[in-house]
Amino acid sequence: MEQDSYGMVNIQVPAEHLIEAIQALKAYEKAPVQLLTDLCAVHYPDKAGKELEVVYHLHSLTQNLRLRLKVAIAQDAATVPTLCNEFAGANWMERETFDFYGVKFEGHPDLRRILNMDQMDYHPMLKQYALEDETRDDKDDQFFGR
Amino acid sequence: MFGKKVPLSGRNKQMVKIVDQPEGYEGQGFFATSLDKVIGMARANSLWPLPFATSCCGIEFMATMGSNYDLARFGSERLSFTPRQADLLMVMGTISKKMAPILKQVYDQMAEPKWVLSVGACACSGGIFDTYSVLQGIDRVIPVDVYVPGCPPRPEQIIEGVIKIQELAKNESLRRRNSDEYKRMLESYNIETK
Ligand code: SF4
Repeated sequence: MEQDSYGMVNIQVPAEHLIEAIQALKAYEKAPVQLLTDLCAVHYPDKAGKELEVVYHLHSLTQNLRLRLKVAIAQDAATVPTLCNEFAGANWMERETFDFYGVKFEGHPDLRRILNMDQMDYHPMLKQYALEDETRDDKDDQFFGR
Repeated sequence: MFGKKVPLSGRNKQMVKIVDQPEGYEGQGFFATSLDKVIGMARANSLWPLPFATSCCGIEFMATMGSNYDLARFGSERLSFTPRQADLLMVMGTISKKMAPILKQVYDQMAEPKWVLSVGACACSGGIFDTYSVLQGIDRVIPVDVYVPGCPPRPEQIIEGVIKIQELAKNESLRRRNSDEYKRMLESYNIETK
């Protein structure tokens, strides 16, 4: 499925075909993709069965063409294959996405938290968790809305 | 003082400020006072700060150390970048929860007597960063002596904080750091006492 948003090509890919798609894009003669600019996730709690979306930003340097690859997955089976073999730079970005969204990257050499403290026991960007610090008890009046 | 030439020595004595001598008994060839006062005076006027600057407040500290404000005038020109030689831990900036154990380790490594100055809203209370990743005030992990509010505080405020620390150092009893009360206070922060 292809669509255009904000002047960028969007491609939806099922998780099982992700690696194939990336390899095809890397080998595509007219606009070979060389760079994984960014890798992140989005949480849509209302989309049943597709709560998490992993987004890959790709860049073809020779054609200066950017495109977005999206993989929708269910939150209770949040697993996608790793891109570490395709792009070495994916390593830390996948760790970050795991850290904040709990997405598991199958085949990742070292899937640990990277930005948050190691003792953290949840994935803070998932929308069921409050953004505020839960340990504060002095902000309970009407101005802070707690 | 600003804009005028200050002679380094000579007649214009009132321009050069030195610390008053403590109360005591003076006679020809002797001066007697209590050890507390002399040591307090020496400590207060030679505090070696360890700057723990993590964000924007740290920039304000740089101005404080610069020639316009010049913390050196208060005997603190010697910044110590090793905690073992520092007397005053100046925490300036946002401390994330991941940083908290490191801050605590730095505090642990400092030798007694030691003081802590918490500069800025972030270090005092988490400031605007009321969020899962930021420590809501450094006093959750280490004891703080003086808080300087502001986001960021001006260099004058930081200097005032240092002067307040100097007053604490000057008036502190020499036995305070050995007292049970002090040990209990450290233990309440889970800091090991020997
Ligand atoms: S208190 Fe304000 S100026 Fe200071 S570190 Fe926090 S956000 Fe920056």
